[in-house]
This record gives sequence, structure tokens and C-alpha cells, in this order.
Amino acid sequence: MSDIKPDEVLDTKGLNCPLPILKAKKALKGMENGKILELASTDPGAIKDFEAFCKATGNKLLKSWEDGGVYMFLIERVV
Amino acid sequence: MADMDLGNAKKMTIICTKGTLDWAYPPFILATTAAAMDVDVTMFFTFYGLGLLDKKLNLGVTTLGNASMRMPMGGMQMAMPNMIGMLPGVTAGTSVMMKNLIKKKGVASIEELREAAVLSDVRMIACQMTIDLFEKKTENMIDEIELGGAATWMESALQSDINLYM
Repeated sequence: MSDIKPDEVLDTKGLNCPLPILKAKKALKGMENGKILELASTDPGAIKDFEAFCKATGNKLLKSWEDGGVYMFLIERVV
Repeated sequence: MADMDLGNAKKMTIICTKGTLDWAYPPFILATTAAAMDVDVTMFFTFYGLGLLDKKLNLGVTTLGNASMRMPMGGMQMAMPNMIGMLPGVTAGTSVMMKNLIKKKGVASIEELREAAVLSDVRMIACQMTIDLFEKKTENMIDEIELGGAATWMESALQSDINLYM
């Protein structure tokens, strides 16, 4: 769990690469600077992929954790 | 702004030469992911890859000449005997099997990925020479394509950070 309150929540459970990234990008695009996206994924590859995605796009990966087979990510939109 | 092209975005081109269900994935996955990571992507479709631009896709995969093809079956990895691919209906059957697997595993369809590519402004160039060679009709292809040749790709490739051939 996390004590940071997200502004948007995105469920990509059951979806495989590259759909979680594509959906995250779409969601972040519509968000203002500093807003926070919480994303859930069941794709084990998402852990590395979201680190790489955030590094390349400049968005900030605030936190990631596992919750019973679900990988959770908190991403801050950086414009 | 991260999303806007300020002229200093990273660029990538992919030459797509194959039109089977399995080979359609690598270029579309990389193109859409790169676009999501703010890379300007150009895809150049030539020879059998051109079929990936058809409005209506009916992609198939064959066991023929595909010695490393394994399909999961009852918790095992089953080798697909090369030779059965010659029998009528086997390619269609293998293709249906693969598409079911794709759906079951939450993998995007090629139609979905192509739509995502279009929405994220991936540039898609259809090879004019191949269109002439195979007498393809552009009206049967998606609207978002532009026509071009080797020089069009070169111009884009020369400015790109990554150029892939698939």
C-alpha cells in the first residue's frame, strides 16, 4: 500500500506488453504537471519497463510495489 | 513539453518486410512503445510487410520452415512438426491457435497495435515499388499511409538514432 493519494487510477491487469505502457502514456498525456497516476499490472515485465519508460520520458516513478501478484506503480506526471 | 516535437526528439525507423502473424509483432510493439517514449517513429513497409497495411487483416502463421516453433499445450512445450504444415488447413488451424493464445494472454492484436501506432503519429510509408510489383490497391490499405521509396526511408534513416530491419 501507499500513503500517496493518486489523482488517476489505471487498471491494466491481464494485459501484456506493451499495452500497460501504451495505456499509461495515454493517461499521463491527459494529466497536468505534478499529478499522480496509480497503475496496476499483472505483467512481471512491467517492473523493468516502467523504470525504463519513466527514465526515458522524464515522468517520475515515485514508488512501485507488489500486492499479491499485482504490480503497482505510482507515477508523477512531469511535463 | 515532453510530448511535443521540438526537433530534438530521438528518432527511429523500422523496415518491415514480413507479413505473417508472428513477424507482425516485433515492429508494431517496438514502434508503439517507442512512440510512447517520445520517439519519432517511421515504419517502412516493403514486400510481404506491405500486407500489414491492408484495411482488413487476416494474418497467419505457419509451422513450415519454422523449426523452433513451440506451442504451450497442457503445461508442456509442444514442437510443431514442420511437415504437417503442408497439409491443407494446418496453417489456418495454427493461426487460429495462435490468435486464441494471444487473446488468452492479454497480448494486443495487430489491429490494436496498428491503431495505437496511428494514434501516436507513427509515420507509415508503403513501398511504391512493392505496390506496383504485387499490383496492390492503395484503396484497400489504411488511410494513414504515405507512399515512398528507398530514398524516402534513407532520408528518414539518416536523421535517426535507431534503424531496424525486420
